[in-house]
Amino acid sequence: MKRFLQFAIDFIRAGFTGGLMFWAWMLFLSFFIMLWGYGEFVQIRDGMIVTNLTDQVSWGLYLANFVFMVGVAAAAVTVVFPAYVYKHHELHKIVVLGEMLAIAAVIMCLLFVTAHMGRPDRIWHIIPVIGIYNWPNAMLTWDVLVLTGYLILNLVGGFYFLFKKYTDQPLNKSFYIPLIFIAIVWALSIHTVTAFLINTMPARPMWHHSIMPIKFITTAFAAGPSLIIIVFMLVRKFTPLKIADEAFHMLSQIVTWCLGIALFLVLSEIVTELYPSTEHTAGLKYLMFGHNGLNMLVPFFWTAIALMVGSFILLLIPRIRKNMTILPFLCVGVFVGIWIDKGMGLMLPGVIPTPIGEFAEYSPSMIEMMIILGVWAIGLFILTVLIKGAVGVLLGDVSYGGKSDAAAT
Amino acid sequence: MSKEDNKENGAQSVSRRDFLRKAGTYSAASLSGAAMLLSNPKPAQATTNVEWAEHFQKNYRLMTEEEKQEALDRLEKRYSEEFGKEVTVDGSPAMDGVLFGYALNIQKCIGCRRCAKACVAENNQSRGDEQQIEWIRVLRLEKGQFSADDRDNAGYPGDYGIQVGGNAYKPAGVVLEGQHYYEAEQVPEKDAFYMPMQCMQCEKPPCVKVCPVQTTYRDPDGIVVIDYNWCIGCRMCIGACPYWARRFNWGEPSLPAEEMNPVTHYLGNRPRMKGVAEKCTFCVQRTRKGRWTACVEVCPVGARKLGNLLDPESDVRKVLETKKVFRLRADLNTYPKFFYFMD
Ligand code: SF4
Ligand code: SF4
Repeated sequence: MKRFLQFAIDFIRAGFTGGLMFWAWMLFLSFFIMLWGYGEFVQIRDGMIVTNLTDQVSWGLYLANFVFMVGVAAAAVTVVFPAYVYKHHELHKIVVLGEMLAIAAVIMCLLFVTAHMGRPDRIWHIIPVIGIYNWPNAMLTWDVLVLTGYLILNLVGGFYFLFKKYTDQPLNKSFYIPLIFIAIVWALSIHTVTAFLINTMPARPMWHHSIMPIKFITTAFAAGPSLIIIVFMLVRKFTPLKIADEAFHMLSQIVTWCLGIALFLVLSEIVTELYPSTEHTAGLKYLMFGHNGLNMLVPFFWTAIALMVGSFILLLIPRIRKNMTILPFLCVGVFVGIWIDKGMGLMLPGVIPTPIGEFAEYSPSMIEMMIILGVWAIGLFILTVLIKGAVGVLLGDVSYGGKSDAAAT
Repeated sequence: MSKEDNKENGAQSVSRRDFLRKAGTYSAASLSGAAMLLSNPKPAQATTNVEWAEHFQKNYRLMTEEEKQEALDRLEKRYSEEFGKEVTVDGSPAMDGVLFGYALNIQKCIGCRRCAKACVAENNQSRGDEQQIEWIRVLRLEKGQFSADDRDNAGYPGDYGIQVGGNAYKPAGVVLEGQHYYEAEQVPEKDAFYMPMQCMQCEKPPCVKVCPVQTTYRDPDGIVVIDYNWCIGCRMCIGACPYWARRFNWGEPSLPAEEMNPVTHYLGNRPRMKGVAEKCTFCVQRTRKGRWTACVEVCPVGARKLGNLLDPESDVRKVLETKKVFRLRADLNTYPKFFYFMD
């Protein structure tokens, strides 16, 4: 127990040590976190009226970001899976960084959901035993269940690994390996359930198709590893931790193929909807071409498509994919493209038009922007601390009775 | 329509009532209620205490009879104080042997929207500039027409023929594609017919299925109700309802005391708080006492019928037997208990 406490202290201390750059970065994030605090305060005080959401468009960017982040969280699997199933040596060494990313992403998801709720003070109603749970009927309860489960799995898995490393003990394989495999399957479940959450509503025809879960998974496995590549590159640049090129090659291949499949699914969806072009296509048509001058989303849609297709073509070429200077830019392209596609491109046209055929445009209010940026800042803040701590442990700088003090000074 | 930013009107006069309401809200929302308790002036104390008790109450459906009574008494006390009049909060359960159904004659409806207004008055919906909530929506549908102009000008759908009724930019006669913001000088308008919509009290309500905390549920008399005190405001139900029947309290509802209807039901028209969903309940406060709903009462042409589907002598059953009846969106299998008919 004492050892564990010491571990926590050392870990956090390592997470918060750094040079000028580090503190500037943290300060920068703190600014947005303050905005988040203010935004949440106003929203809780005055109600959701401070957002630009309406009865027509009652789900907006909070949920869009939520859906996207669930994907990023699930994508930690793209590190864990090759490492354990294919025994990818280079990835194996840094698996724990993927788990840290998942933890930060799930926390962001929970914050987005809280921001989305009209009455966050009643969140306890959804906690089993003290509240009541509409289980197994409501998809949202499933989502809460799998997300919390995933958070716990990653916390336990990640920190167990780090703790053992910290105390320099061998891993208990019969505990750790099953845990990893459960987490792999679980990761798929979180994103599948998120897809079910919205595609099980025939009242919203644009979402009501069974391609949704697989499309969710593939886009997630393209966007997630893109972010992971960027994070790993930063780790490689700013810390002594060595991450071999092979690890990046592996990840960029995953991005490429998942992106390819995702694009194929996008195409299938578009053709299926547009060819017969029934009344049910209204949402997608609005997204692609606008509706009688209401065309706010149109540029976003085409930007997303351009980013995804462009990056895909470039990624297909091995020489470019393996070029460590170009790769991060492609990753940013993929990440942003999918964020738009899955956020605005999915959430908004799903609820526009309304079930009675009414078109209403929505653009987030200042408060919404503050909260969204703030949650991202919180996520990055947590991620930075976790990654720094984890890297410290991996490098052996942070170890029980070891050089931890030296690292802190 | 549901909300318009009109922040100039936000400069409220701080009457005592306003202050009380605010005090209650802050305490509930910010969890800093303890501080409010201390800093509030005396009269507000009771109200705040009530808010606190409400905050920790159970889901209405799971309460024992006693707990229900306590909750009702609590609310009566608070509302009476807040609105300065004797407010009753009823908790009558569903009657045995009753399954409510509704029938609406779209041939007769003249689009006057009196039902919608009567509903607002009866059911204490929020009004004012910031946020107006209406449960009934009267769609104005254009009468179908062939017009060479439309076809040529719109240029759609290309050279391949004509679209029956209107054109691509003017939907006509298409179910659920009317608009409900019409302001007619005189109703009925020549070139339109009307289709009112509200909560259909589905037999298989998707809104109930998706609600994560069982806030909304179907009572044995077929009315789908909401426990406002338990709603977490996630708006899953709004997404799932194929009839767009649910409304959300985006901000603190504004309900002038003099306009407030003091005869309320816990699951029906009692004043709502911000951040919760609401919708038509077939005036549960009236119908469970054997009265008509406000919309049935007010309709000038008698287009609206309410009745007990289990009673062969009821209006609705007669309509179902003798008229041409249809339901909206039958394909979705929600089995609405709201029927449209023609003579
Ligand atoms: S009409 Fe909508 S709100 Fe009413 S019961 Fe059906 S799904 Fe629920
Ligand atoms: S908004 Fe309220 S009633 Fe609707 S699904 Fe959420 S908790 Fe249930």
